[in-house]
Amino acid sequence: MNLEYPRYLKAGEDGLVVEFGDSIDPEINFWVLKLEEILEESQILGIEELIPTYRSLFVSYNPLILSFWELQEKIKELIPFLQGGRVRAHKLVRIPVAYGGEYGPDLEDVAKMHGLTEKEVVDIHTGKEYLVYMLGFTPGFPYMGVVPAEIATPRLENPRVKVSRGSVGIAESQTGIYPLESPGGWRIIGRTPIEIFNPIRKPPFLLSPGDRVRFFAISLDQFEEFTLSGFLPEFEQR
Amino acid sequence: MKTPFLKVIHPGAMTLVQDLGRPGYLKYGLPPSGCADEISFRAGNALVGNQAGCAGLEMTVQGGKFQLLADTLLAITGADMKPRINGHPCPMWQSFLTRAGDILEFSFARSGCRSYLSVSGGIEVSLIMGSRATYLTARIGGLEGRPLQPGDILCRESGGGEEGKCFPPQFIPEFKETQELRVVLGPQDDHFTESGLKTFLSEEYTVTPQSNRMGYRLQGPPIETVKKGIISDAIALGAVQVSGEGQPIVLLWDRQTTGGYPKIGVVVKPDIWKLAQAKPGDKFRFRKVELEEARSLYRNYVHFLLILENLVK
Repeated sequence: MNLEYPRYLKAGEDGLVVEFGDSIDPEINFWVLKLEEILEESQILGIEELIPTYRSLFVSYNPLILSFWELQEKIKELIPFLQGGRVRAHKLVRIPVAYGGEYGPDLEDVAKMHGLTEKEVVDIHTGKEYLVYMLGFTPGFPYMGVVPAEIATPRLENPRVKVSRGSVGIAESQTGIYPLESPGGWRIIGRTPIEIFNPIRKPPFLLSPGDRVRFFAISLDQFEEFTLSGFLPEFEQR
Repeated sequence: MKTPFLKVIHPGAMTLVQDLGRPGYLKYGLPPSGCADEISFRAGNALVGNQAGCAGLEMTVQGGKFQLLADTLLAITGADMKPRINGHPCPMWQSFLTRAGDILEFSFARSGCRSYLSVSGGIEVSLIMGSRATYLTARIGGLEGRPLQPGDILCRESGGGEEGKCFPPQFIPEFKETQELRVVLGPQDDHFTESGLKTFLSEEYTVTPQSNRMGYRLQGPPIETVKKGIISDAIALGAVQVSGEGQPIVLLWDRQTTGGYPKIGVVVKPDIWKLAQAKPGDKFRFRKVELEEARSLYRNYVHFLLILENLVK
């Protein structure tokens, strides 16, 4: 951790932001997730919600119970405990994706921009585990990284008005999945039949910050099968 | 017992089932939704003898036309949309009994922007993730996650309450066309120049038509930034984001939970209802408050709500 950090920032009368850095970096995100875990375990009276993002943790609290300064002191006391160790077991989720064609309209461009074949892009995209840094944009949208430089691609210049639910995209060195049909500017390389958000399922969200995701390629036929069977991916607790 | 009590003849501009919202899912990217003007909403439920969390209708700008299907105790709070029962003006901020067959009709908001119809027993729709609040983006809550449509039939639970309950006039909020929003600066006030902060805290900002439950886009003298973008982080209720063009956007109940614009400040909770009741063309000024003051404003606000709800018990 840099000496300037952590910083404690005000977010209204009931929000405190603990900022650990100013870049998208798995190491900085580790501090965020570790503090979230420690605060959850600490059960400090008055803390209401914790929102981990790339490089900061948002702590919402009840100002009738805690003041900003009291909460800041309590968090400062916990900072030494962030050193060492690892974040508690998060899960590894294997997510099937039908790449290219109608489901991945930007796969061809991504391949061309990097002088690769479509298959090479798929092999690279499925070739590693991604960390879920945070969820946002629409309910359950996972911001994941780090996408290898060979296939990292800027957003579309003109975002699409409509991106289908389940679309898997790349934006710079991040990859994500659209939980709902929505507008969007990420380069869409494939689509998953998995519902990453289903409000009437328990739990409604497939992924949490800190989870890891590994994609695997499926055919169009398998996509249909998975959709019909309501296939849920296997988890591996880490 | 579930009773069909209301048939939608015309839903108005946008009428949604709302309650106090769906907290607890911010880290998954799900905003809380829920009633926009908490004071009017809580007042309505209290008048008809409900718990604070019972679901009611939130009508925006223009109210609907409804037919009562069962005798029902109602209350109307929030914006004045000239409500009428069978053509006769009916009271606001007061509980009143309606009969099966009655026609309840609203017009355009005269003052304020959102009107609430509270129903003894509360509107009965499925709980989705612990709430009945409609969240249009994800199409969840309320009636299939959408605004009301002609022909919809709403059910209520059986409830108690008495007719003729009302508040002393000083408890009824005034909806003015120019209001002050008190803000705590941060988390990214250091992303703005001194002159940008001065502009923000001294100029007047007008509500644009691009304002909705996600956020209110205001327009006025541009706020000068040092840095236009940040690495996306979490957005609090009432956070004032400043766009690339230097215009403030106040993020509200159905907001994106994360975003990459710097946030100059956060509007205090006790002032959020002012945004709920603001229409395009209305004006706001921002006033800086220190954290300690914001905290005591919050304490007073919670007391106010408690007193309000207990006054009509």
